[in-house]
Amino acid sequence: MSAILVIAEQRRGELRPQSLELITAAQALRKAGDEVVVAVIAPDPGRFVTPLRLAGVDEIIEVAVGTAEFDPDTFEAAVGALIAERRPSVVLVAHSVDSFGYAAALAATLALGFATDVFAVQQVEGALVATRGGYGQKVSVEVDFPGRSTVLLALRGNVFKPPEAPGAPRITSFTPPAAASRSRARAFIEPPAGDDADMTGAEFILTIGRGIGEEANVAQFRELADAVGATLGCSRPIADAGWLPKSRQVGQSGKTATACKLYIAMGVSGAIQHLAGMKHVNTIVAVNSDANASIFGVATYGIVGDIFEIANELKHEFGGAA
Amino acid sequence: MKIMVAVKQVAALDEDFEIRGDGRDVDPDFLIRDLNEWDDFSLEEAVRIKEAAATPIEVVAVSIGPDEVDESLRKCLAKGADRAVRIWDDAVTGSDPIAIARILAAVARRESPDLLFAGVQSSDQSHAATGIAAAAFLGWPHAAVVNHLSWTAGARTAVFRRELEGGLLQEVEIDAPAALTIQLGINTPRYASLRSIKQAAAKPIEVLSLHDVGLGEADVGEAGSSSRVRRMYVPPKGQAQLIEGDAAAQARRLAAIIREFKGDPA
Repeated sequence: MSAILVIAEQRRGELRPQSLELITAAQALRKAGDEVVVAVIAPDPGRFVTPLRLAGVDEIIEVAVGTAEFDPDTFEAAVGALIAERRPSVVLVAHSVDSFGYAAALAATLALGFATDVFAVQQVEGALVATRGGYGQKVSVEVDFPGRSTVLLALRGNVFKPPEAPGAPRITSFTPPAAASRSRARAFIEPPAGDDADMTGAEFILTIGRGIGEEANVAQFRELADAVGATLGCSRPIADAGWLPKSRQVGQSGKTATACKLYIAMGVSGAIQHLAGMKHVNTIVAVNSDANASIFGVATYGIVGDIFEIANELKHEFGGAA
Repeated sequence: MKIMVAVKQVAALDEDFEIRGDGRDVDPDFLIRDLNEWDDFSLEEAVRIKEAAATPIEVVAVSIGPDEVDESLRKCLAKGADRAVRIWDDAVTGSDPIAIARILAAVARRESPDLLFAGVQSSDQSHAATGIAAAAFLGWPHAAVVNHLSWTAGARTAVFRRELEGGLLQEVEIDAPAALTIQLGINTPRYASLRSIKQAAAKPIEVLSLHDVGLGEADVGEAGSSSRVRRMYVPPKGQAQLIEGDAAAQARRLAAIIREFKGDPA
């Protein structure tokens, strides 16, 4: 019997939704007698306990720390001490910006088995096997962890469905060793408002990606979006280049297209960070000249072809001059 | 003053590719190599700090890999790195990000930079782990996904912004020396001029062995790694229903999908 340790994340007093997905993944790794233990690391961990009282959770550990927001040194000290005390077989964290800042450091210093951006987990003949993507998500890679008694996995978001049924876990507390923080969070800065685009509320989004080639071509797709009645969005490279404001970026580090029902992606190859923001969309149409583009893996409909030609023809369909 | 920039030569897949005979990687004949996109930004950030500084700063590009990696290091030299260092030993084959980070940390001990930059992740394997693991081996403060940085040469602290989910930013101060992983968009990387490309071709690349940086074979490869690739395979194709025909026919079908969504009669 051993523990599967789940590290819940919070930011500005709110539990990060991915924390719940980890609990579901933990069930797939549970061997007979294993316990799923969720640790909440915060100055006031008690406030996050209620939403974590879920089926499949055996214990919630309140880990009170001195820093209000994520800090690598604090997290490494706390999670490291929890691993030393509980000796879990598996530690699950979200593959998130916070875990980018500390998970690899823990794996390095504690000689843990380690894999990130994992989207499937299984026990194969008693050995943990994790699956992740390789070569720009064009292949799947199964990794194992020979000789490691504790394996730390950072799991991709929006893959495991959060549990809904309530549970009645034990609530305990753990006092981590004091950590000397060598970095100090000063303030959050809200993203700039940009133009008046409301990506979060838009039901029909037409997104352009690197495939549009150059800034001068943006206008053509803006006209197309207007003609078909879509909100114009973009992938990261377009926003980084300043061709469209950051507020129009869709994906993990941009806006989540929460209300979107129809999504047309033109010239977007489909980096995982982009795809993460659109899994919930009913209908995704991908238009790309590369038949191997990873976006075709999540799209409902695929059009392999020249995005400029398709754009012209489509505009014509909606009354514009082709 | 010195900034060390860890760079990776990444591999993209050719349109048609084959999995290697042992089923654990892609046949290298089908790989197209280039400098990791993120590293272009971290190198540029280092060069900009150097150019803005009142005191001399040396920018050292460091990469782990065989001869062919020199091409990516020359790109770094052409874009403003002062020196390039490459470490290789056949034993490094099969290393995961943790083993690679151990080598980078060993080079950093030799170089003693004030800052260590790495890309947030690589475009091929996307681990998002190497830079932070290297910091841990060095015992240095670290931060990931930096998209804005202020550091005055020699200052004991740097101030940066982390790019969080949903576009939220966080301003953080960190003690130097520190390791930072750099996000796309932190700057606009320059193009190398023809002149600088020519000059870079004539510059030496320092090639070091594991032994030179104080490591042995057991520190790298599968023995020094935290994971091992069991199997690599092409996942079953997604469910995308392909819309066939010429552009006009494809657009007509797409228009029908749009009209159906909007509840418009055709």
